[in-house]
Amino acid sequence: MDNTTLSSSTANKTADKTTTNVMNTATNNEKICHEVAELSALDKSLINLLQHGVPVCERPFEQIANELNSTEAEVIRHLNELKESRVLSRFGPMFDAVYLGGAFTLAALAVPDEDFDQVTEQVNSFEQIAHNYRRTHRFNMWFVIATEEADEIERVITAIEEKTGLSVLNTPKLKEFYVGLYLPV
Amino acid sequence: MSDNNIIQEKPTLTAIERQYILLTQNGLPIIEKPYHHIADQMEMSVAAVLALTNDLLDRGVIRRIAAVPNHYKLGYLYNGMTVWDIDDEQAEKFGDAVGRLPFVSHCYLRPRHLPQWNYNLFAMVHGKTPEAIAKYRGQIKELLKEVLVTRNHDLSQDFMTKSNDMLTSTAILKKTGLRLKR
Repeated sequence: MDNTTLSSSTANKTADKTTTNVMNTATNNEKICHEVAELSALDKSLINLLQHGVPVCERPFEQIANELNSTEAEVIRHLNELKESRVLSRFGPMFDAVYLGGAFTLAALAVPDEDFDQVTEQVNSFEQIAHNYRRTHRFNMWFVIATEEADEIERVITAIEEKTGLSVLNTPKLKEFYVGLYLPV
Repeated sequence: MSDNNIIQEKPTLTAIERQYILLTQNGLPIIEKPYHHIADQMEMSVAAVLALTNDLLDRGVIRRIAAVPNHYKLGYLYNGMTVWDIDDEQAEKFGDAVGRLPFVSHCYLRPRHLPQWNYNLFAMVHGKTPEAIAKYRGQIKELLKEVLVTRNHDLSQDFMTKSNDMLTSTAILKKTGLRLKR
């Protein structure tokens, strides 16, 4: 969601011109409902093991196969299938976003219900909006602003305020903590 | 609100490190020898690519090399953005502890904007049921109970000020990835 690590980035093949905020724009008001995947025992073991990290060596999947009493070929086949079916959204190095350049903030608006669709369109029209979620609170719209330069954040906020007539709550991160998320299957 | 903005220093990377990021930020290929693939493209030896990878890991440029599952496909259909008003003096210590909980995916200190927004700690939780995320919120509350701030109700405002809350998402309005520009 508001992560500034790349954990939520969906994998795309090489883009010609990589920018901070152009990939996989979801359609407006995409409801949150997804099909839960059916997984084999090996799939589950791979998901559980590989969330923690893979060894840095020439043949990492051979090493993983040994740990799971499987074969390198089986591991590779299953992982590619999991990636194609999007059970895995990503496989590879997770970079600290600080090193990728650019600036980020999490911001919110308290939008009157009757204006919600219109304000959604107005906010999403800014290419600097990376994520935007509707949430249950008086502040009911939460979005990440991602820009190439730090001072552009303020300009986008001002522009959103002018366009929507609403006051933006700006909550940039002051300190990020290491997280130990683990989703067992 | 600009006085709350922290301008992060931009760490410098070498040209080779930038090239490495550009080649791998969309993921490593799932093949027998993924680092050979990178080495070929960078015209470096495999040993040098492995050394570079380890160096980036040691310096925290790479947090880990791992698989990232799609929460929803694994049945983790519910998420909650839990927000907490905690004692500033203790915030770093307790934020660190909350981040280490296995069901927390992001954990940050952020600025308050009183009186509209009194929460300074944000922790995102994920679960398979509404009951699960409610339980996780309870576990965080237990951990933070000694440092939660109680504020008097501001009579000029038409909303109550609480010590914590959980905002659940009801719709994804937009979702893009973040990428290094060239």
